[in-house]
Amino acid sequence: MKRLLLLLFATALATTALAVLPALPRDSVYQSPAQFTDAQSRQFAWSAKRGQVQLVSMFYTSCKFVCPLIVESGKAIEQSLSAEERARLGVTLISLDPEHDTPEVLARMRRERSVDPARWTLARPDPRDVRAIAGLLGIRYRALADGEFNHTSVLVLLDAEGRVVARTERIGGLPDPEFLAVVRRTLKP
Amino acid sequence: MRALLLACVVLPLIASACAADTYVRVPGGDFPTALKYEDARGPQRIAPFEIMRRPVTNSEFLAFVNAQPQWRRDRVASVFAGPDYLAHWQGPTRVSTGEQGTQPVTRVSWFAASAYCQAQGARLPQWLEWEYVAAADATRRDARQDPAWRERILGWYARPSSTPLPRAGAQVPNAYGVADLHGVVWEWTEDYSALLVLADNRNQDDAERNRFCGAGALSINDRENYAVLMRVAMLSALNGADTTMNLGFRCVREVR
Repeated sequence: MKRLLLLLFATALATTALAVLPALPRDSVYQSPAQFTDAQSRQFAWSAKRGQVQLVSMFYTSCKFVCPLIVESGKAIEQSLSAEERARLGVTLISLDPEHDTPEVLARMRRERSVDPARWTLARPDPRDVRAIAGLLGIRYRALADGEFNHTSVLVLLDAEGRVVARTERIGGLPDPEFLAVVRRTLKP
Repeated sequence: MRALLLACVVLPLIASACAADTYVRVPGGDFPTALKYEDARGPQRIAPFEIMRRPVTNSEFLAFVNAQPQWRRDRVASVFAGPDYLAHWQGPTRVSTGEQGTQPVTRVSWFAASAYCQAQGARLPQWLEWEYVAAADATRRDARQDPAWRERILGWYARPSSTPLPRAGAQVPNAYGVADLHGVVWEWTEDYSALLVLADNRNQDDAERNRFCGAGALSINDRENYAVLMRVAMLSALNGADTTMNLGFRCVREVR
């Protein structure tokens, strides 16, 4: 009986949630059922990012060269924005290497590269979901014999509904001006 | 027979009952791939696996779509499958009458093919697994150095793609007992997006190199092996939601 009540309650909750949010667009990456763990060991569904414009990329913490540049690129975009714009933008970096990038490793990276945990999420996917997530973001990668990864370095901009609105492969401290313009436009309230 | 096939797709739990019929066991081995991995030179170690005897057919894929309606062409999310997904079917839950049911399914995206295999308790093959099995002809496990083998495959590539597809599994199986790896359809691999082959390796300037984090991209060891070259070029150009009129798939699973 208790279980039945619980079930009813859960159903009511789910129905309420459905009533509040309109159906997810078919071209949203949040159609993916992927779940992540963040640097604070919190679990969340990718679709929980719905509602906020997101700058997204994939990386792995043991990468020595290009991946730190991806973090710098994200920061460079943030620094080019006004405080108001910045507050409306989330950054999600998804690991290509969930076997090694545990929440502890992600937390260390967050401290070392001093990214703001209020706006940035370092996300560890389920190892079985990595190829599909990369596919949705148009990222190609291959695990190398020495534990490194060969991968597309890209920043992807998702609108609040999770649709890809822009991408740039110009990685570094100087933001790609065209990409930045789309970021600003997408952040307009 | 048809009921059994249907059951295999709809009820993964009893899939083991169908296994003897559907999957072929492939022994492992050290395989000289036609690709050149700069990080791992020499033959690649292939673990034993089981692979479908022939590509998945339209009827089999229909059974899957009926069991998981989110994969119907009129319901699928466009991030998972492009506009031509299953466009050759008569309706969202109907294949055309006649031969279509027994032909290999095509116009399926990587996401849809992966979901099909997952429902079977299986997965898509890795590129190396596919290349390993596809190196065989009817009598030899590695026929790649035989000019006649190469000619036959190139003959297929030269055929216009408007030629109707044959029934899946109708060709002579290869030395492993696996049919249709060449001569019928192209096939997805799980790691299609790991084939980071740049359009032209000879003109690889620094800007191109920087597109990828880490060591250099793949290149080709055996430039005469067009059969492999064309597969890799095709797969490396695809996105996960893409579909084409001659791209299908088959599944593999771990040895039980």
